[in-house]
Amino acid sequence: MSTQLPEDDVLKVASLSRLKLSETEVNALGKQMGSVLKYIAMLDELDTESIEPMAHAIEISNVFREDQLQESLPRDKALSNAPQTDGNYFLVPAIL
Amino acid sequence: MDYTVIIGLEVHVQLQTNTKLFCGCSTKFNPDHPNTQTCPVCLGLPGALPVLNREAFHLGMKTGMAINCEIPSFTKWDRKQYYYPDLPKAYQISQFDLPMSQNGWLEIEIDPETRQKKKVGIIRAHLEEDAGKNSHDESGRGQDSKVDLNRCGTPLIEIVSEPDLRSAQEARTYLEELKLLLTYIDVSDCNMQEGSLRCDANVNLHVHKENGETIPTPIVEIKNLNSFRGVEQAIEYEVQRQWNEWQETGLSLKDVPKETRGWDADRGVTLEQRGKEDAADYRYFPDPDLAPVTVTNAERERVFKELCERPAERRARLEERYQLSVYDAAVIIDQGVDFADYFEAVAESSENGKQAANWITQDVLRELKEREMEIAEFPIKPDVLAAILQKVKANEITNNSARTVFQELLNNSKDVPRIEQIQQIIEEKGLGIVSDTGELDAIIQAVVDKNAKAVADFQSGKQAAVGALIGQVMRDIKGADPKMVRQLLIEKMS
Repeated sequence: MSTQLPEDDVLKVASLSRLKLSETEVNALGKQMGSVLKYIAMLDELDTESIEPMAHAIEISNVFREDQLQESLPRDKALSNAPQTDGNYFLVPAIL
Repeated sequence: MDYTVIIGLEVHVQLQTNTKLFCGCSTKFNPDHPNTQTCPVCLGLPGALPVLNREAFHLGMKTGMAINCEIPSFTKWDRKQYYYPDLPKAYQISQFDLPMSQNGWLEIEIDPETRQKKKVGIIRAHLEEDAGKNSHDESGRGQDSKVDLNRCGTPLIEIVSEPDLRSAQEARTYLEELKLLLTYIDVSDCNMQEGSLRCDANVNLHVHKENGETIPTPIVEIKNLNSFRGVEQAIEYEVQRQWNEWQETGLSLKDVPKETRGWDADRGVTLEQRGKEDAADYRYFPDPDLAPVTVTNAERERVFKELCERPAERRARLEERYQLSVYDAAVIIDQGVDFADYFEAVAESSENGKQAANWITQDVLRELKEREMEIAEFPIKPDVLAAILQKVKANEITNNSARTVFQELLNNSKDVPRIEQIQQIIEEKGLGIVSDTGELDAIIQAVVDKNAKAVADFQSGKQAAVGALIGQVMRDIKGADPKMVRQLLIEKMS
């Protein structure tokens, strides 16, 4: 069984992740993703017939916080990691 | 050949919490101070951990119950992946396969003439976080877009209806009833200008061919509906557009994937937004950052008890208890809880629901509109208005004089008008109905004596002549009951 992920699948995933790949990268990533999937597929050997699906890795539920205001970041801090701002807003290339 | 219109609505409602769904930033509508209500959680910074707002979940349960949904005992959070600048994490925390409420309905009246009602099914109502707000360069020069993340992470409940609506009018009615309900139970202000209530509509047609076959046309999701009128107009436009397209192409739902179109209110058209070929692929998966929520029966009962009487129930009760017309009951309910409370207080203490309804839907409502005031701020309190109405009922003043008292209290009271002022005004202005028929009799006699021609006209059968005489009597004696004057005049002349 080939572990190479078909090119179409690689391109679909790349497009969903907004990545532009060269032909060499498509080929290399196809191999790598294929082998990751093959590794994960080992789980299929387990019999999970009578096991309830889990919604969370830890058995914990009902973690709440009260509806109380916490201090927000000052604007300059909030904007400090942005590639581009005008001091008030995050700026991004024109979108329609 | 004809067709049936099939509409389902997805309504997003902002829940009125102080803080966001998963962090303690304020949810205040604050477009003038962009990016001042954010933190590492709602900015999607690495390592930040979201924690569920208890009040948001509580308001979500209340909403679900108000629309007759079941509240499952287990619900969880999922990530919905998509790239857009208003969503810094590149995923929205939402609910996918296990929503917090499902399988409900909302009853709407679809024909005001026959009062025919219809239950619109509700598939689900789930909690999710809102995105930020983009503003685009309007100059057409392709300048950068601006992003304000103040709104990002605000709690929304998304209410998804079954495709049970059959016309643009029904869709509008459903939305209006939903808005009324949610403001009644106090989970949202549903302010459409501020985006607290937004709506997307899924629309297609079932075309009935002559051979008995029914063919569904491709489904279109219309986005960006932010007014009741917009919802109605956009659906009307879309129905016509789909009908034309079907006649041209004959393509059915099986041939074309779901398409997304935006409503352009200025031009009155829907425009293709997302290409038909790249259908959304959200790749939902459970959010590992958030713990699931379990709900017990005791909790369900506790929240259910908090639900007040819902508008549909109250409308029916007002009609029944106070003998109101459908119209009056609807006007009163549509103004909100406080207004209905005001009405009931007046109706109860004046012991005349119909009269109270007339006054409140006409005089009070008009004054509120003119003064741009809410009922809670209205200076004439229910007990005072009831006291005025009681005077009319006891035949102490006429309905017209009651209006004078009402205006006088409203315009010339330094403080909140008091019941004692009513009698003062009646006396000062001589508004009391004259029951001393001796005085009235003398004046009527004088008027009859002075107007020989009018009397003759009346006697020769011209009923209208009496009107002028009533006017003269009313001028000479304040507070006379025009009905009584009319009767006395006719007796005198006959």
